[in-house]
Formats: sequence, C-alpha cells, structure tokens
Amino acid sequence: MMALYLRDLKLATRAGGGALTGILFFLAVVAVVPFGLGPDLKLLARVGPAMLWIGALLASLLGLDRLFQAEREDGALDVMLMQETPLVLVVFVKCLAHWTASGLPLVLISPLLGLFLNMEPAAILATMLTLLAGTPAITLIGAMGAAVAVALPRGGLLVSILVLPLVVPVLIFGVSAAYAAVEDPAPFLPPFLILIAISLFFAVIGPAAAAVALRASSE
Amino acid sequence: MPFRLRVDGLGASRGEDPIFRAVCLVLDAGDALLVTGRNGTGKSTFLRTLAGLHPADSGTILLEGAADPTAPVRESLHYLGHRNAMKRDLTVAENLVFWSRFSSRSGDTDPTVPPEAALETVGLGGLGHLPFGYLSAGQQRRAALARLLVAHRPVWLLDEPTAALDTASERMVEALIAGHRAAGGIVIAATHQALDVPGAQTLTMSGFAVPA
Repeated sequence: MMALYLRDLKLATRAGGGALTGILFFLAVVAVVPFGLGPDLKLLARVGPAMLWIGALLASLLGLDRLFQAEREDGALDVMLMQETPLVLVVFVKCLAHWTASGLPLVLISPLLGLFLNMEPAAILATMLTLLAGTPAITLIGAMGAAVAVALPRGGLLVSILVLPLVVPVLIFGVSAAYAAVEDPAPFLPPFLILIAISLFFAVIGPAAAAVALRASSE
Repeated sequence: MPFRLRVDGLGASRGEDPIFRAVCLVLDAGDALLVTGRNGTGKSTFLRTLAGLHPADSGTILLEGAADPTAPVRESLHYLGHRNAMKRDLTVAENLVFWSRFSSRSGDTDPTVPPEAALETVGLGGLGHLPFGYLSAGQQRRAALARLLVAHRPVWLLDEPTAALDTASERMVEALIAGHRAAGGIVIAATHQALDVPGAQTLTMSGFAVPA
C-alpha cells in the first residue's frame, strides 16, 4: 500500500500532475478578494476566514475528477480491481495521497494568504486548524463523485456539482469554528468537533461508496 | 498440487445483446488456450468476464487446487488488456517496481523475477530509467508484458499480447508463454496473429451479433 501512496505522490509532483494547480488557484482566488472588496481592512479581516475556506474548497475540488479517471484510461484500474488488496483500501490510500499532494499544501499556504486579508494571528491559526481538519473530508467526499463519474470523458464539472451539496456542511462548520475562535461568545470546540466527525465519517463512507461505484463502472 | 481451471456454461452479454453462451473449458496446469475470431465477436469480453471485470450472465469459473480455495478467482489471474496499465510520467522501472510491490500477495512463495531482470527478458534491458511515455508503442507493449513476470499469477489472460510488436518480439512473447506453461501456469490468449503455441486448445468466437 505504501507503494501506491508513493507512486501517487510522485505522479502528483511530476509534470502534469496537478499538485501545483490547486495551490495557484487558491492563491489567485484569495489574492483578488482585496481588490474586489476594496481597501477596507476591517471588512477584509471579517470575511477572511470565509474567503480562505471558499478558496480552499474550490481549489480542492479542482483536481478530483482525475483521481480514478487517469487510472481507468491507462488500464491500471482493471489491474487494481483484480488484486487481493480490498478496493476500499486502495481508494482510501489514493485519497490519502491526493490529500497529501493537493490538500495539505493548501493548509500550509493558508497563513500566508491570511496575511493578505489582514487577519489576526488567532484567526489565521484557527482557520489553518479547521482547514487541516476539514480538507480530508472534501477529498473523501470528492472520491465518491470521482468514482461515479469515472467513465465520463468530461466528468470534471459533474463531479464538482455532485459533491457540492455534500461538502456544504464541511464549509459551514469549518467557517463557524474559525469565526468562533475570534468572536467571543461563540464556542470554538463544538463546530470544530463536528468538523472532525464529518471527516471521520466520510473516511469510512467515502472509500466504501467509491469502491462500489468503481466496481460497477468496470463493466 | 494438481491445478486446473474449469469454466462451465459461461455466458455474458453487452447490454441486451448476448456475446457468448455456454462456454465450457477445462485447462490443466501447463495448458494454453488461443481465443480467435473476427473483430467484435467477443474475444475481449470473454477475457474480461474470466477476469471478473465484466459480469457473467451464467456459468461458473473455478480454480481447482488453488492455495486458498475461498479467494476469488480473479486474484490468481494476470490480465493484460489493450491498455498497458503503465503511467507515462513514471519511468519504466518505477512502473514495474510499483506493480511488483502492489501485486505481491501475502504468503506468496512462488518465485518472481526482479524488475530489472524482467526488463532484460522482454528486451528492454538498460531502458528502465526512461519515462514510459518516451517508449515506442512496441516497447510500451513489451514493458507491459514485463509486468506479468514481476508478480506471480498462475493464470495469464492476454488480450492481443502481440499488438504493435515486431516479428522478433512475437517470438519473445511465444517464449514467455512457453516459459510460463513449463512452470505449470495456464495461458489464455486472444489474438489475430498466428502465435506458435504448441498443443494449445482453441476457442473460436463466432458472436451472435455478427453473421458468420
């Protein structure tokens, strides 16, 4: 399984791998927000966590459709379907590698982008923490969409639309936890724990659902 | 342990159209089967059905004498389809090392060939450092054949193994098949080219959709 993880990481970082695409998209979205909203520093600081979350959400949806499609196109998916290793585990490891290559960099770059938005250190830290807990859920939910649309040649947009309703809760609890860290009356922990629960929930459901969809698509 | 692949009354369809019906086969260790027939008669579908990649309408596929009788048959098969199952951006050696690790099974005692030696066997020695996408179509096919060697499976399903290969490489494929059979393996190959596989059974697909 380590072999699969390392191979997917290598593929993501080589030419055409797309690990950088998400980061650049995230950077572009967040960088244009101050220009669009104008130089109101207070307003920027207030929308900061939400903007970071929306940017990260859209950036993580970007490369998801290729998760299984590339494997199917070169025939590797057929071979993976025939192994002793359970397909659920294969899907989970692929999600893990995809998150390491394209989700984790978003989390790591978010403090820098937080500075663009005039966010306070506490808000930056809270947003980073919620992104760390929430982006795996986006990848795992996206894997289900990617598996359903694996046989469609232009499935990219369809995947995003399919998974969007499912990732909305992630966004809601991620942003509310990030706000709770800076706004006094709201407690940080409850929304943050729900966010973690969503990630854990989809860590179980996501690979299982994706594996079923992939088996059905091989016909 | 005597080893035997038994296929009974196998049938499959594509959508509404039946592709083949009631195919019965018995292949002992060391046997080979050549699947022939015109385009569109279901050679590939037959192989994919055996591999468990296409649902069978009827019939059973059994591997008698397998190490673990409860394991699905597909885990004892190597399937080489039209596509090579290799990543263009990784080097040939990286691709093979990945497949050898990924396909190795717990408690496997059968001998496997290390990736470098497998590349020598298919005539790609010294090319392991090149990205797979740099190779010519025939070289890519040979690299895909090397995948069969780096992890042991008793039964090989080969779909047009000699596609894009030159005559010398066709002899190499024949030698690979002979070597696998000599080691007690079973080879099932769908092909248009006249492959020299001594003592092979043949199955001619006529197809329901195509008039003979």
